[in-house]
Amino acid sequence: MRIKNSTTLLFAIAVSAVCALCVAGSVVLLRDRQQENAELERQRNVLAAANLIAQDATPAEIAQAYGELTPVHIDLATGEPCSAPSEATRDAPANPAGISKIPVCMPIFQKRAGDQIELHILPIEGQGLWSRLYGFLALNADGRTVRGLSFYKHGETPGLGGEISNPRWTKKWENRKVFNNLGNVDIAIIKGIAGPAESDPHRVDGLSGATLTGRGVTNLLRFWLSDEGYGRYLKKHQRGAP
Amino acid sequence: MNLNPFTDPLVDNNPISKQILGICSALAVTTKLETAVVMGIAVAAVTAMSNLTVSLLRHRIPQSIRIIIELTVIASLVIVADQFLKAYFFNISKQLSVYVGLIITNCIVMGRAEAYALKNPPWPSFLDGLGNGAGYGLVLIVIGAFRELLGSGKLFNFEVLRLQTEGGWYAGNGLLQLAPGAFFLLAALIWILRTLKPEQQEPGR
Repeated sequence: MRIKNSTTLLFAIAVSAVCALCVAGSVVLLRDRQQENAELERQRNVLAAANLIAQDATPAEIAQAYGELTPVHIDLATGEPCSAPSEATRDAPANPAGISKIPVCMPIFQKRAGDQIELHILPIEGQGLWSRLYGFLALNADGRTVRGLSFYKHGETPGLGGEISNPRWTKKWENRKVFNNLGNVDIAIIKGIAGPAESDPHRVDGLSGATLTGRGVTNLLRFWLSDEGYGRYLKKHQRGAP
Repeated sequence: MNLNPFTDPLVDNNPISKQILGICSALAVTTKLETAVVMGIAVAAVTAMSNLTVSLLRHRIPQSIRIIIELTVIASLVIVADQFLKAYFFNISKQLSVYVGLIITNCIVMGRAEAYALKNPPWPSFLDGLGNGAGYGLVLIVIGAFRELLGSGKLFNFEVLRLQTEGGWYAGNGLLQLAPGAFFLLAALIWILRTLKPEQQEPGR
């Protein structure tokens, strides 16, 4: 049977329209719930980076622990707080982490006890192997020692690069030092196994099968800890001997 | 009621072990049982619905754009399934990550639309899709069970063999946590099936 071109065209348009309707409908109807999930997940990750909640924390526990954090905005160029959180960004210098824009006023979190900052929780992101990695880095009051690291969004291969969000791996970051005695950024993921944090503070175990994802994590940490990122802010708050 | 279109692909004409379709995702999402089960359900739902839709349209689809129409239907269904998982099974959808979206390229879905739904009425087509999805899920579950148990000492995230890294005695098999491990299991499964059921063997060349 020979079908007229116009019929074919109409058929294609009709199918596309119906399919588009279904897709758009499901996106619109489910969006609220997805955003709720994503927000809860974001809060969970802010807290998980600093080991402030258990892995199986309930939404109520998350909300409570999150309430104890102080959101702060800082100007990365000076390291000083800035008031107006705006969407404005500036261009980043060429970097291996694949970051092209940096927010002028960066939202971070602090956990305070009275006037003292106990903990800095800093958002980080950068290019992995297949995807952009989004996460948080938590540093102790000294501004040098890692409390924790977590990634909440990425599209790396499950079981390989995807293991960067496995708590068993992120636990290995605890107590590593991201700055050396000279005050320079010094942290890297290596091939193989690094020593304990006390004797080998600037290196972390690599993930087998995920060399390139690991390189991405190293690159993005180095970028965000440099003076282009949180370097100036952290130097203002560093305490104690390096 | 004839349920053959549903039961046949479970073992005898299984999409993975007999038709050798959908191998890619069978390697990728079987490190844990939980993801294997959800992936099986998602594929069954998509294949059933795409078969149903294609079958309903089968007398009207113009030959020249047949494949494009099938793909449009499949892609839409996959997006809906992905959105649904993100809303109601957020954690699992995070673990499945890109593989839900990649159901679009799963040969089973396209293969069944082409091989079955275009020639058969809606109800058997629906059953055929469901059966093929279930057969796919079944293999995923078998492989997933072996991989999770031998690879990380757990079943459904429940600790069965305590790993050395957690202070136990069992050394997790790293190979089974990686995709190549699934290749060996899959080959063994196909070997066993075809030994038990010689009619599944392909004639020698």
